[in-house]
Amino acid sequence: MGKLARGVALIGAGMSKFGAFPDKTGRELFVEAYIDALNSVDKGIDNKDIEAMFLGNFSSDIFEGQGHNGPLMADWVGLTPKPVTRTEGACASSGIAIRAGILAIASGLHDVVCVSGMEKMTDLPTSRVTDALAAASDVSYEFPAGATFPGLYAAIATAHMKKYGTTIRQLRMVGIKNHNNGKLNPKAQFPITIKELMERRIAKLKEKGEPVPSWRDEMDFLEDPVSNPIVAWPLRLYDCSPITDGAAVLFLAAEEVAKKFTDTPIHIIGTGQGSAPFALHNRPDITSLISAREAAKMAYKMAGVDPKDIQVAEVHDCFTIAEIVATEDLGFFKPGEGGKAAEEGLTARDGEKPINTSGGLKSKGHPVGASGAAQAVEIWKQLRGEAGPRQVPGVELGLTHNVGGTGATCAVHIYRR
Amino acid sequence: MLVPEASVKSFYNFLKEKKIMGTKCKDCGEVYLPPRPLCPKCIKSNLEWVELEGKGKLVAFTSIAVAPTHMLNAGHSRDNPYVYGVVKLDSGPSISGLILVDAKNPEKIEIGTRVTAEFVKRDDRVILGFKPP
Repeated sequence: MGKLARGVALIGAGMSKFGAFPDKTGRELFVEAYIDALNSVDKGIDNKDIEAMFLGNFSSDIFEGQGHNGPLMADWVGLTPKPVTRTEGACASSGIAIRAGILAIASGLHDVVCVSGMEKMTDLPTSRVTDALAAASDVSYEFPAGATFPGLYAAIATAHMKKYGTTIRQLRMVGIKNHNNGKLNPKAQFPITIKELMERRIAKLKEKGEPVPSWRDEMDFLEDPVSNPIVAWPLRLYDCSPITDGAAVLFLAAEEVAKKFTDTPIHIIGTGQGSAPFALHNRPDITSLISAREAAKMAYKMAGVDPKDIQVAEVHDCFTIAEIVATEDLGFFKPGEGGKAAEEGLTARDGEKPINTSGGLKSKGHPVGASGAAQAVEIWKQLRGEAGPRQVPGVELGLTHNVGGTGATCAVHIYRR
Repeated sequence: MLVPEASVKSFYNFLKEKKIMGTKCKDCGEVYLPPRPLCPKCIKSNLEWVELEGKGKLVAFTSIAVAPTHMLNAGHSRDNPYVYGVVKLDSGPSISGLILVDAKNPEKIEIGTRVTAEFVKRDDRVILGFKPP
């Protein structure tokens, strides 16, 4: 129990550019990510080496009117007639695809598999995207009462603020930090800092000859209801991850064949997945995700490591409050201390626990079905020392934390160089 | 056998009669709101309907400015936000509801505030609301 029958390694990882691409459909994004992943395999990989594919996809059925995306993506990258399975766990769709891929290899069924995620979200108007995302919450009991996706996370935020004294400033610090990281990620949807956004806004107002507000700093800018409007109080626009198109592709191999593809595989030493009561109102504690605690416990146990050992982590910051809760659920900080940790810079790239060096969902973008796999792309780069200007020096142990819905699903993976 | 069956539909039908109805497991005594047809602890369907008093306290909330389609249709907008929240009833279980307070000043809303149930008509449906006495 709790052990893999054989070891599994990451041998390649790639992603498309994240953003809004009106001229592309999901399949083009997928091809772009697939080519990027092929190019990342040190000794090369051939499609004939790949025995099966898993695709995380939440809702192309609604977003693009295109269902049955597993075989479609496989067809477009030449993997037909191999078996393809689509996994759905809302925003954790490809986090659970990673686990499915691991299980397929650990079981002995396959030696090499492709694990991927894709979402093409920007074709619909925002109101319809909001409706589609709300389908990941309880449409019978939360939605009729007016809950939206940001609204449910905002409710988690108010409960967290009440219980622990977490502040709005701490929420904003998470967004500022993730944009500082995302600026250094060429694949990010918004590779720009909040300060630069503020300066850009000032320049635009000056150009139009309009009065320029006297923002003291980026925090002041973020409290301005015009530059940063409320979505669901206390969450404002820059507390929310954007609507994004994108895809990410990973290649996983059994440890005994991994060396055929690379001398520097990234070993996946822990996998965990958990679930939680579906609706917020049925959770004994709204300030923590039991799914994440369960998934983390499983993954840490399998990996034989403690939270303090993790040197770099990509966590599911769909909203700023979600990152604070994540860093507590993962045991990086005590319950109630996640906000303070963000404020003190502990989660910055040069802090003691660098979180979301990719820019996170906030700045990199959040194509929901692709986000879990894209987190693994960042950890792949960090652990191999290939993260360029955002590299955290000398990291050997990394973690990904991918949440579906308001936390009814969570997948946690631990990686070692 | 529960009559009517414990379902989403029967929950909303009871709201039309201004009743908050949950189900109670006759084996372990746990009360479920929304009502469930299976006790997930005992894995048995030995349940009965119980009416819950609409009194409790606010445990989480938000003032929503970017509304979904059905709330836009109900007249809400960025200029007319509304409050969603979770209320823990005195009888134990918690439930989602529309919180009928000033949504334009969310910083004045306090978790822990006592609230009582209101039955809010929306088209052909009644949804659960709560407001301070």
